[in-house]
Amino acid sequence: MAGRYRDGVPVVELRGAVALLGNFPALAGVDLTVESGEVVLLRGPNGAGKTTLLRLCAGLVRPESGSVEVLGHDLVRERRSVRRRVALLGHATGLYDDLTVNQNVRFWARAAGLSAVEATERTASALLRMGLSERLLGQPVHTLSAGQRRRASLAALVVRRPGLWLLDEPHAGLDQSGRDVVDGLVGDAVAAGATVLVSSHELERVAGLGPRVVTISGGVVVDDTGPAVGGGSRV
Amino acid sequence: MSEVRRFLGDAGLVAARDLRIEFRSRVVVGQVVPFALLVLVLFGFALDADHRTLRMFASGLFWVAVLLSALLAVHRSAALELSDGTLDALRMSGLPPAALFLGKATAVFVQLMLLEVVLLGGLLVLYGVQVVDPMLLLVSGLLAGVAVAAAGTLYGALASGLGVRETLLPILLLPVLAPVLIGATRAFDDALGSVAVDGWAWTGLLAVAALIATVVGALAHGVLIED
Amino acid sequence: MTGLDETPGTTGSRGSRLLGCVALASLGVLGVLAFVLTGPDVRIHPTTGEEFGQFDAVRMLYLHVPMAILMYASFLLCAVASVGVLVKRTPWWDVMAHSTAEIGTVLCGLVLVTGSIWGRPVWNTWWEWGDVRLMTTLVLFLLFAGYLALRSTTSDPRRQERQAAVVALVAVLDIPLVNRSVAWWENRTLHQRSTLEELKIEDLTLFTLMFGFLTFGLVVWWLTLQRFRVGWLERAAIDHAVGSAIAERRSETSAVELDAAIGVPGDPAGEESP
Repeated sequence: MAGRYRDGVPVVELRGAVALLGNFPALAGVDLTVESGEVVLLRGPNGAGKTTLLRLCAGLVRPESGSVEVLGHDLVRERRSVRRRVALLGHATGLYDDLTVNQNVRFWARAAGLSAVEATERTASALLRMGLSERLLGQPVHTLSAGQRRRASLAALVVRRPGLWLLDEPHAGLDQSGRDVVDGLVGDAVAAGATVLVSSHELERVAGLGPRVVTISGGVVVDDTGPAVGGGSRV
Repeated sequence: MSEVRRFLGDAGLVAARDLRIEFRSRVVVGQVVPFALLVLVLFGFALDADHRTLRMFASGLFWVAVLLSALLAVHRSAALELSDGTLDALRMSGLPPAALFLGKATAVFVQLMLLEVVLLGGLLVLYGVQVVDPMLLLVSGLLAGVAVAAAGTLYGALASGLGVRETLLPILLLPVLAPVLIGATRAFDDALGSVAVDGWAWTGLLAVAALIATVVGALAHGVLIED
Repeated sequence: MTGLDETPGTTGSRGSRLLGCVALASLGVLGVLAFVLTGPDVRIHPTTGEEFGQFDAVRMLYLHVPMAILMYASFLLCAVASVGVLVKRTPWWDVMAHSTAEIGTVLCGLVLVTGSIWGRPVWNTWWEWGDVRLMTTLVLFLLFAGYLALRSTTSDPRRQERQAAVVALVAVLDIPLVNRSVAWWENRTLHQRSTLEELKIEDLTLFTLMFGFLTFGLVVWWLTLQRFRVGWLERAAIDHAVGSAIAERRSETSAVELDAAIGVPGDPAGEESP
């Protein structure tokens, strides 16, 4: 699966995007354009709409109004088509508690359309990359710690090799080595040409990648350092 | 043709997963089946009956027990997707909703078959029924099981919404299954030799119900899991 | 969607008021016809010479039969509207589906009640399990009661309009199955084959029955219209609320709040110079 998107076409293009959670306007008119290969850090107070924005880009939330285009798909009309090509790491684990780590990741690999052989291969390498020790692989997920589960969730996403990564507070609840793993993941994704949107309160960790920083508050974008790499005087 | 194989492969993947989870967690085997047997026992107490009376009502009691237990099994199947964001992950995975439906319904069907076998044993032992037409019993039991599993999985998807909807499942599902209850009971009446009816005609009705439930479920499941 | 400013404070309109008056008058006339002017159903048995028949209970039929027909019509409309919701997804179809389902369910309940009241003196029982139409109507009632229960779980119709549509369609699809299964179940039926055949139908009785169709048709039309308008206004209110919520949210942020919330050391707002 290609990491790099077609040159010249933005990976994400939102104009006046409004999204509701029930009757509450989580996003009240977001304008955002993200080019291929960019790393974008989303920050903002709690309740600003960061999670909803990520879910919108993943195609899980229906845009109420405005235009939303992700990977060339118009999400107002064809929400489902974009999902396969995107990986969303949310607050939930996305894993079945009663199945083992191996069984879980392999299931998600097969569900993403990989053949049995490919799935086995990629599962093994993804789990290795995520730093999960051998003995954990055969254990049911409910016996794992939160940090270990997070790594397993990431492994389940890594096997898909998506062109767009949407990470919602990936460092939360992880210890130092866990956070290093996430950083490594983001680095790998960037190197492979994928685009990454990260929502995080931990600026320092992502800073090393010279990200563009987009600040969200009250459901709209209030600040945007722009596509320039390096960010000038900002962290 | 390869698309069909792919589709069936996806469904099989989901079914295998659900069954594997059941194998490890033993919810249906450990909780639902005992519940069903308990219902049979309770009927025995409540009717304060001798074998002859129980044999007369055996098929009806059997199917009521199956339906009530099916509610639990279906709810369990739907609940698998409620925790830990797996429903979102399923939507993200690109699995066609119809394949997801078929897979889950198949898993529920397998569990219902197990349930029916155990309950039949219960009937034989506790109520003293005799099987006159095993073929009829098998076919009607299978078809009714398909109908219940399909309709249940479809409505179970509705329960994957707000928490309050869990209690909606019985109200929505049971009236829809009324024809299945009637048909299966009559077919079993014939197969157990308690009433002179044409069980195979009723089995035909069950086949129609099973077909409709499966087709409608496959078509509509996608709508029900979306926001 | 009409803004609330333009909407009147009532769901009535000239047309609907006229309709309502006519319907009301018609009901009055029907009442007189059904309960005063027509006679009870009394027949003389050919051999024994006794009187038999439904006597005064037949009067229930003037209500029961038209309501039953209109009930089916309402549910049919609901099914059509539900298809519209799935295909088009505009508010109009959804409000129509919900309204017709509600009216239909009320009619269904009334059909069961009037049928039961009729049945008591005629069949000697309040309820008869063996009757096809009775059973089918009961299951129909349960199916749509479930639909209404589903719709009442959230106050925002848009979230579940498609799901409700599926439930309505499954309910309607299920009806032939229910009907067939109950019909086979009991070969005999206490339900009259056709009201028109067995009763001693004389001109006035027939006329009353037809008039009953007309009257209830008007009443149901009026009720559905009102219910639809109420539903429409509810949707408008929700849209309005969402609109103002969006506007409010956009103006929510101030730079001060922003700094405080993020707590970034240095200069996020660019106000101080290094």
